Amino acid sequence: MGPTGDAALDVDDIHMSYGDVKAVAGVSFSVRQGEFFGILGPNGAGKTTTLEIAEGLREPDAGSVRLLGTSPWPRNVAVLPRIGVQLQASAFFEKLSAREQLETFGALYGVGGDRATEMLDLVGLRDKADTRENQLSGGQRQRLSIACALVHDPDIVFLDEPTAGLDPQSRRNLWDVLAEIKGRGKTIVYTTHYLDEAEALCDRVAIMDHGQILALDTPAALVRDLDSATHVVLERDGFAVAEARALPGVDDVVEDEASLTIATRTPAPVLAALAERGALSGLQVRTATLEDVFLELTGREYRA
Amino acid sequence: MTAVDERQRDEATERSRPVAAHPFVSLSRAAFKGFVRDKAAMFFTILFPLMFLVILGLLFGDGGSSQLKLGAVGQGPVLTALERSDAVELVDVASADEAEQQVKAGDLPAYVAQRGDDIRLRFAASDRTQAGTVVGLVRGVVSDANVRATGQPPQFSLDAARVEDESLRPIQFLTPGLLAWAVSMSAVFGAALTLVMWRKNQVLRRLRLAPVRPMTILGARVTVSLGIAVLQGAVFVGVAMLPVFGLRLSGSWWLAIPLLLLGTLSFFAVGMLVGAFAKSEEAATGAANLIVLPMAFLSGAFFPIDQVPQWLQTLSLAFPMRHLNEGMSAVLVRDQGIDAILLPAAILIGFTVVIGFVASRVFRWEDS
Ligand SMILES: Nc1ncnc2c1ncn2[C@@H]1O[C@H](COP(=O)(O)OP(=O)(O)OP(=O)(O)O)[C@@H](O)[C@H]1O
Ligand SMILES: [Mg+2]
Repeated sequence: MGPTGDAALDVDDIHMSYGDVKAVAGVSFSVRQGEFFGILGPNGAGKTTTLEIAEGLREPDAGSVRLLGTSPWPRNVAVLPRIGVQLQASAFFEKLSAREQLETFGALYGVGGDRATEMLDLVGLRDKADTRENQLSGGQRQRLSIACALVHDPDIVFLDEPTAGLDPQSRRNLWDVLAEIKGRGKTIVYTTHYLDEAEALCDRVAIMDHGQILALDTPAALVRDLDSATHVVLERDGFAVAEARALPGVDDVVEDEASLTIATRTPAPVLAALAERGALSGLQVRTATLEDVFLELTGREYRA
Repeated sequence: MTAVDERQRDEATERSRPVAAHPFVSLSRAAFKGFVRDKAAMFFTILFPLMFLVILGLLFGDGGSSQLKLGAVGQGPVLTALERSDAVELVDVASADEAEQQVKAGDLPAYVAQRGDDIRLRFAASDRTQAGTVVGLVRGVVSDANVRATGQPPQFSLDAARVEDESLRPIQFLTPGLLAWAVSMSAVFGAALTLVMWRKNQVLRRLRLAPVRPMTILGARVTVSLGIAVLQGAVFVGVAMLPVFGLRLSGSWWLAIPLLLLGTLSFFAVGMLVGAFAKSEEAATGAANLIVLPMAFLSGAFFPIDQVPQWLQTLSLAFPMRHLNEGMSAVLVRDQGIDAILLPAAILIGFTVVIGFVASRVFRWEDS
């Protein structure tokens, strides 16, 4: 291993421009071995570009990358068997069936045909084994693409929006697949637009925008640091707005036809006071999520 | 990587080794399946050129063997000698007047009338070559008959025999020519389209991330093209040898195989060059057509090269197909030996090396 100890991936101040477009403007992060690392960001934030530089598909204009202890650029055949990549746009051989894709990619890594069957089972495509690539649905292609990335059981996996376009079942099943891979000590670096998913899966997430990392931490820490209020929602009848405002630690109270919402940064005393008054029926507590962090950091504007 | 990981990896490879195909084999298989399952590609590489062979072969089928027709009026030793010469087909006509009408109408190129010792030959001047042939032929037969009539042995004797076997029959030049064209189409288009397609659908980027040498990828695709060329050759020669077309191969026909493979390599290099520049399948198809069609016309794929102006013949030396065509017809139908393919083979290797080098310089893994 390199000087960075057990880092599987070390990205140091990389920059990358396409003509006038500054896609990545000084990104640094480090992914530990066995870590599940998420990169989040609006469209065009530079996630794909960052991943491709890390994989060794692109040469950064500036900065450096250490992948499994070596530099992935220029094309480094020594490290390639240990990395698995799913590109944002699926890459398939034309006119080949799902099984043949897996067999072909597998053979490039010296992996036998029985592994193809295993992978088809893993992503639930057993029934589609003999279906040509161009006759698979969008989500099925996506799952096949993930299977192709995992066929040689790599030590570090790069997945660019693997769950985009998947139905809820496939998405949950893929979570299990990824959790199992992580359970075997593999490193996963992935991008997603599903913040609940990132919150559930990732050890740490980086939130990117305009080619830069705005925040990088565990999902829990990011939410905590947002310092946003916890919202306690009560059934409206039996509780007056003025009475609610008088409770200890209440920041704000909003009411609508059906409910009363109390915003507080210290939910414990508020809940205790409510319990004292016997007003807990139908009570819901909504805390901030990663999504709130994301929107707080990146704003609500559309991206190009 | 920990020791445990390493052991797991070893076990994994150990377990799967017996069934793992070599990357070269698996890539060749993938490319070959892609070709066979592409109906349009199959049509344009196998059936389309074959259609040309069938149509042109039938069209010109008896062109070479068709004999000159000659109207014959009356009878006598000269007419008998003409008949026996096998050089012309005599058509009996009742009277000289009637024969004259037929010549005027263009139904017959000429007629010969013999009444006693008087031989009359009348011909249509519209086709000078044919007229010359007829006059020469009849004159020869007449003077032969004259010599024989004197009862003396002839002082000069002429021994005339054909050198090239059946060289006049169109199927003999159509087969090597159209085969060269067919092979060039499949190799140029195959290389260019695969390259563009694999770049567009990201397969090339994906392969770049796999531990496989670029030469393995290239070699696999080239092997598929060579296989297709051999298949084309077999189908072509097989069809041309059917009795309807009547191709006759000369003894050392198998010398055409190495030439065919070398030609395929040079066309493949051309395709790689096209594919390196083309951004879309449409652009690649257009550019490939722009190269292959003029090359085929100028290289004598559809008609003998000696029918085009000299400067075009000189220009055609710049195309690999000209040399492939020449070498192949030499060994396939002109009964020549290994000497005849050495120069074409060397030239084709030269083309492959030079074009292949340029193509490797301009090769791109991805767009932009
Ligand atoms: N090949 C390219 N040529 C030119 N510009 C590019 C290219 N690829 C990306 N860009 C630009 O670089 C910027 C970052 O793109 P990138 O693909 O990294 O974004 P992303 O975060 O992956 O977005 P998404 O969520 O939509 O996948 C964008 O503004 C995009 O327009
Ligand atoms: Mg992207």
